[in-house]
Amino acid sequence: MLRDITLGQYYRTDSVIHRLDPRVKLATTFIFIISLFVVNNFVGYLLATLFLVMCIKLSNVPPKFIFRGMKTIFFLLLITMVFNLFLTPGRAIFTLWKISITYEGLFLAIKMAFRLILLISGSSIMTLTTTPNNLTDGLESLLKPLKIFHVPVHEISMMMSIALRFIPILLEETDKIMKAQMARCADFESGSLINRAKSLVPLLVPLFISAFRRALELAMAMEARCYRGGEGRTKMKPLIYQNRDRIAYAVVFGYFVLAIVVGRIIF
Amino acid sequence: MIRTDKLVFEYIRRDEEGNVEGITRAVDDVNLDVKPGQFIAILGHNGSGKSTLAKHFNALLYPTEGHVFVDGMDTEDDSHLWDIRQEAGMIFQNPDNQIIGQVVEEDVGFGPENMGVPTKEIWDRVEESLKAVNMLSFRKSSPNHLSGGQKQRVSIAGVIAMHPKCIIMDEPTAMLDPNGRKDVIRAARALNDVEGITVILITHYMEEVIHADKVFVMDKGHIEMQGTPREIFSQVDRLKELRLGVPQVTLLAHELKKSGLPLPDGILTREEFVEELKKLKK
Amino acid sequence: MSIILDHVNYIYDEDTAMAHAALIDVNLEIPKGQFIGLIGHTGSGKSTLIQHMNGLVKPTSGNVYFEGKDINDPDFNKKELRAKVGLVFQYPEHQLFETDCFKDVCFGPKNLGLPQKEVELRAYEALKQVGFDDDYFYQSPFDLSGGQKRRVAIAGVLAMKPEVLILDEPTAGLDPKGREDILNLIASLHREMGITIILVSHSMDDVADYVQRIIVMNKGRVAFDNEPKEVFKHYKELEEIGLAAPQVTYVMQELSAAGFNVDPGATTLEEAKNEILKCFGI
Repeated sequence: MLRDITLGQYYRTDSVIHRLDPRVKLATTFIFIISLFVVNNFVGYLLATLFLVMCIKLSNVPPKFIFRGMKTIFFLLLITMVFNLFLTPGRAIFTLWKISITYEGLFLAIKMAFRLILLISGSSIMTLTTTPNNLTDGLESLLKPLKIFHVPVHEISMMMSIALRFIPILLEETDKIMKAQMARCADFESGSLINRAKSLVPLLVPLFISAFRRALELAMAMEARCYRGGEGRTKMKPLIYQNRDRIAYAVVFGYFVLAIVVGRIIF
Repeated sequence: MIRTDKLVFEYIRRDEEGNVEGITRAVDDVNLDVKPGQFIAILGHNGSGKSTLAKHFNALLYPTEGHVFVDGMDTEDDSHLWDIRQEAGMIFQNPDNQIIGQVVEEDVGFGPENMGVPTKEIWDRVEESLKAVNMLSFRKSSPNHLSGGQKQRVSIAGVIAMHPKCIIMDEPTAMLDPNGRKDVIRAARALNDVEGITVILITHYMEEVIHADKVFVMDKGHIEMQGTPREIFSQVDRLKELRLGVPQVTLLAHELKKSGLPLPDGILTREEFVEELKKLKK
Repeated sequence: MSIILDHVNYIYDEDTAMAHAALIDVNLEIPKGQFIGLIGHTGSGKSTLIQHMNGLVKPTSGNVYFEGKDINDPDFNKKELRAKVGLVFQYPEHQLFETDCFKDVCFGPKNLGLPQKEVELRAYEALKQVGFDDDYFYQSPFDLSGGQKRRVAIAGVLAMKPEVLILDEPTAGLDPKGREDILNLIASLHREMGITIILVSHSMDDVADYVQRIIVMNKGRVAFDNEPKEVFKHYKELEEIGLAAPQVTYVMQELSAAGFNVDPGATTLEEAKNEILKCFGI
C-alpha cells in the first residue's frame, strides 16, 4: 500500500547507530563524503570501506537494504565507468578501431565507481538509521547559527516534517482520485504526450484542492493547539549529546585524520 | 465556563471579481451559558452555523457583534488569546488534518511544546493523556497506520495534554465508522465523568447526544430549541422540520403513540422502551 | 446473470514483508436488477471487492465475469465495462474538477467517445435524474453545499448509463435529512430505471429499509449473503465481527424475550410498528 512508503526508508531496529544523536550522524555523513574526495589512492579507499563496513555492522541493518538503494544508481554508475574508461587519454592497454582503454582510464573508472558506491551506501546508512523526524530535528539544530541571518530555521524544519507526514496521505489520495476518474473511463496511459498531459487535469485539480483544504484545516488545528512559531517553544525530545555521541565524534575525527594521512600523504 | 452574549457572526460573500455579493449571517443572536463540568451537545444540519459557532469558543473566529467569554475572558482581548486556546481545546472533523506528528506520542506532545512546558513534564502529560483515551499501547505508532477512531482519540489526547478545562468537539465522528464513533464518544464521556472536563459536542448523530446534560438545536444561525435530551427528542416532528432525525427507538415510540398506544414522549433507549411497553401490557 | 466472482483472492503487496490478504476465496453472483447492501467494517475488504467489479483491481487469483466474459482477458474492453458498471467512490465530490457542474458531468460520456450532442443530452438527463436544479447547472461545483456536490458527482457516473451502480458509503458525512435524500434517490434509480444497485455501508440501519439482499464481509471473506431478515437473525455473530443489526432488531428480540407475542425477525420500523400494534390489538 502507498501509505507504507516512508521517505528515506527508515529501517526499524535497535543499534548503537540508531541511538546516536542525529547531529552526529549528519556530521559524520558529511565528513565521510568529504573524505571520499580527499583521498586519491586505493589504500585510502580501503580505509573508507573498512570504516563503512564497521558502521554497517554496528547499525544492524541487513546489507541487502543498503545495496537495494544501489539499484537506482546502477545506470549512473555504468555511464560514469564507461565514460572514464574510454575517454581518458594515456597509455593504451587495448585498442579497438579508434577507441582505446588506457591505464589511467581504468584506474579512474574504478576510483569513480568506488567513490559513488561508498557515497551512496554511506548516506543510506544515515537515512536507514534515522527517522525523518529526527533528521529534521538534527538539521534544525545544526542550522541554528543561520538564525543570525534571519533564516527561519524552525519554520523550515516544521515545514519539512509536516511535508513528510503528508506525503503518504497525498500519495494515497492521488491513487484514489486516479481510480475514481478511471471509473469515469478516464485514460491516463495511452495517447500522445500532449493528450497525456491534458489527461492529468482531472487528477491534478482535485489533488490541489484537497491539498489546500488540508493545509487550511491543519493550520487551524495547529493554531487551536497554541502553535505560534518557534518562539518560547520547548521540546519533548530535545537533542542532548550523550557519551556515545562524544565517542562517535572522536572516532570520526580519528578516521578523517587517518584518511588524509594514509590516502593522500603517505602512499 | 463559556458564555456568549448576543453573538452575531457575518461574513461577506464575494463573486469572482471580488465584488460584494451579499452578507451572510452564519451565527445570529446566540446566547449560551455553559457551566463548568457540563456535557453539552449542539445539534444542527449541515450549514446551520454550528461549526462557525464552535470556532468562536477557541478564538479562531471573532464575533461581528456581541461577545464570547471563555472562563470570564473576552475572546477579543488579545492578551488572553493563548490562555483561551489552552483552556478551551478543540477537536475537528477530519482525523487526518489535525495530526501534526509522525509518531503518536510526538503529536500528543505538540500542544505542551507550544505552551513551553518543560521536557520532563511533557513526557508525563503525554503518558497520562494517552492513557485517558486508552491509546497508550500505540504511542510509538505512525498515525498513518491507525484507524479513524484511533486517530481521533490521539487528537483528543493531544488536547488533554494541554490540560484544558473544556473541550469543543466539532463533528468528531462524522467521518468515522460505527465502531470508531462509539470509541470516540466513550472517550468524551469518560473525560467528562472522570476528569470533570466540560465537553461541548457538535454532531448530527442523534444517538450521541442521549447522555448530554443539555442539548441545543441550531438552524440558520439561531438556537431553535434547547433542553434536556428528553425534552428535545419528544418533539419528533419539529426535529424533522429542522432536517434532523431522532434515534430509531424514539421514532418507533413516536409512531406507536400516533397510532394510539399511550406511550410517554421522548423515550431514548431500548431499555426504557421495553419497560414502558411492559407497563402498558399489565 | 450480470457479474460473477469466482474464487477471487487478492493479496496486497505480494512478495513483500507487508503482504496481507484483502480478499479470500470470494464467490458471488450479482444478478441484474437487484438492490444489494454490502456491509463490513473498515478493512473488511469491501472497498477492494467493489474495485474488482469494474476492473480497477485485478484479482491475484480467480476470475471476474461480466455477462459471461472474463473481464481480465487482455482483449476485454475495460472502458466499456466501466461505463456499464458505474462506481461512485466515497466522498465523490472530492473528484469534481471542472469549472461548472454541467461540464463535470460531461466528463464520463466524453471519455466514451460519444458525439458532443449525445454527451450533453446524457449529462442533462443525469443531472435531472439526481434532482439537480437547472439554475445551478453552470455554477462552479465548489460553491455548492455538500449534498448538492454529491448529487453532481453521482450524476457524473449516471451519465455513462451504467447497468450496475456501485456506491461506496454514499451518505458519509451528510446530515440525517441529506442521508435520507440520497438513499431515496438511489432507491428511485433502482425502482424506476431498473439499475442494479450495490450500496456499500458500514451501517445496517442505513440499508435495512431499502435492500433486498445483504452481503456481509469480514476479514476478506463473505460472512453472510442472504435476505436482510435472515442476516439479522445472526445479530450475535454480527456483533462479534464488530457490526450490529438495526436497533429495531434488538428491540424486537428484547420484546419477544420479555414475553411479547411479536415476530423477532422484524427489521424495518414499519414492520416493528405493525407487530407491536398487533400485539396490543390495535
